[in-house]
Amino acid sequence: MSAPAVEVRQLVKSYGSRRAVDEVSWSLAAGRLLALLGTNGAGKTTTIETCEGFRRPDAGSVRVLGLDPIADSRALRPRVGVMLQDGVGGYTAARAAELLELFAGYARHPLDARWLLERVGLAEVARTPVKRLSGGEQQRLSLALALVGRPELVFLDEPTTGMDPRARRTTWELIRQLRSDGVTVVLTTHYLDEAEELADDVIVMNAGRIVAQGSPSELTRGGTAEGRITFTAPPGLPLSDLVAALPGTARAQETAPGQYLITAPVTPDLLAAVTTWCARRNVLAEGLNVGRRSLEDVFLSLTSTTTDEVAADLETAPATSRRRAAR
Amino acid sequence: MTTFTPAPGAASTRAMLARQTAMELRLLLRNGEQVGLTLVIPLLLEFFFNLPVLYSLDCSAGDCRRIDFVVPSILALAVMSAAFTGLAIGTGFERKYAVLKRLGATALPRSVLLLGKTCAVLLLQIVQAALICALGFLLGWQPRGDPLFAIVLIVLGTFTFGGLGLLLAGTVRAEITLAAANLIWLVLLFCGGIAVPLSKYPQGARDVLRYLPSAALSDGLHQVLQAGAGVPLRAWLVLLVWAAVALPAAARWFRWE
Ligand SMILES: Nc1ncnc2c1ncn2[C@@H]1O[C@H](COP(=O)(O)OP(=O)(O)OP(=O)(O)O)[C@@H](O)[C@H]1O
Ligand SMILES: [Mg+2]
Repeated sequence: MSAPAVEVRQLVKSYGSRRAVDEVSWSLAAGRLLALLGTNGAGKTTTIETCEGFRRPDAGSVRVLGLDPIADSRALRPRVGVMLQDGVGGYTAARAAELLELFAGYARHPLDARWLLERVGLAEVARTPVKRLSGGEQQRLSLALALVGRPELVFLDEPTTGMDPRARRTTWELIRQLRSDGVTVVLTTHYLDEAEELADDVIVMNAGRIVAQGSPSELTRGGTAEGRITFTAPPGLPLSDLVAALPGTARAQETAPGQYLITAPVTPDLLAAVTTWCARRNVLAEGLNVGRRSLEDVFLSLTSTTTDEVAADLETAPATSRRRAAR
Repeated sequence: MTTFTPAPGAASTRAMLARQTAMELRLLLRNGEQVGLTLVIPLLLEFFFNLPVLYSLDCSAGDCRRIDFVVPSILALAVMSAAFTGLAIGTGFERKYAVLKRLGATALPRSVLLLGKTCAVLLLQIVQAALICALGFLLGWQPRGDPLFAIVLIVLGTFTFGGLGLLLAGTVRAEITLAAANLIWLVLLFCGGIAVPLSKYPQGARDVLRYLPSAALSDGLHQVLQAGAGVPLRAWLVLLVWAAVALPAAARWFRWE
């Protein structure tokens, strides 16, 4: 049996006295796609950049394609594609096509740069200097730069952040093709639908530790018959009172001001109890939705200890929460 | 249809070096004002140093003409400015703004990046030297010696100063690089045998200062072009040793971030 493509063992990385990554272990088999999820500052980028050889572990070890990312960097780098979180990088005064051609020139069997530029939808701006590209265009160029050397493993740190919905779909298609062509992929994302769509394996990190791990369906099946009810109503409803009025063991959260989530085995009784409770208080529950647990619910319940914390997280977390609040 | 089926591997070192040099040169040239400044300042200095107002040369040798002293000095100064100060500052800020971090995640080896940058400066140096010589001829310069010896000196000088500049840029913060690169340039200009001939220093100081790369370069150029000497063996050796230390050291200690 072949060795895992990436193996992280008891990895620890601290900045000052804080542990950004705290004894994290996971491994990924070749050809699979791993999505790393987690709140801002959970340690995703730190983990990935350690695998890329940019950071040295304080303790524990990382093996990538069986090699040490720092000691064997010369042998490893041609085999790994990288998309950094902090922008395209490279010569930002160069034109988009120029930079891609340059990177293609580092590889022995590169992809055709013109074709790739077309594939990520940048043919129109090929002659634009990198620093003048829009945010989403820079992300797409960054993705192309990671792929042009035909790597067997890619690390994509938030590949679709800043992309419009259409570009995101196109990128998903591209990432799916990567996987079916046999490239091993590690990506981080704040879009839970992205992880649900693309990943074979999902790891949820919180404050430097892994809090859940499995396939998307394993994670969403987590609580067996767990279901969920969501609705919008005036903020500040007394949740303990609501829970007391519900049958069985239900949990209620205000995930953002005025956004409510009830997690429980969903039964007709439960639904009736919720609406009755609301009616008694003369509260109109808008956008009432009954369904199975989504990865987003799992994420929210895993990454919070109290509902207040969730609310705070949602206010500071960028894209995901804003999308959610807008719904 | 093209696929993403993996086919990893690095290009040959030679191919990477050619690509990298071309890219660095293109970016250098695209920075119009800066190229202009790099090219024009030595020409202005050449013109003004040739005026007899700034300082006097003691021409005990008899047939000493001012311009014959000035041109080799300016050639040495131009190499030091572009390869050391210019390259160090440019690279230091590239490092600061994480330009190089991204390159650190490609197949490009550090040594090839640094060599590419130096080669780009060398190519610019050829244009620069041609301009300096052209102005020299206009001002009545009469070079002696074998031009090939001088060219070897300029190439060695570029690699030496390029290596030193990159070593500086790759190891300390950009702001410190900026200050240090200018300060060292100034010190070498006056104490390193370029603006002031080492013969003006007392014997003891001279014996030490002549091993500075600036002194070796300037001294070698003067010997060849002004005095018409043969192979400037000592100058070559001194520069070769500096280059052989500085370039590998830069490749060894250069940090991408
Ligand atoms: N170079 C650094 N110096 C000091 N602290 C750092 C550094 N890099 C990361 N940190 C800290 O380590 C923690 C983890 O950061 P990391 O970038 O890995 O998070 P992340 O999961 O990628 O977050 P995000 O979703 O916001 O990208 C954060 O608290 C961050 O402030
Ligand atoms: Mg991150």
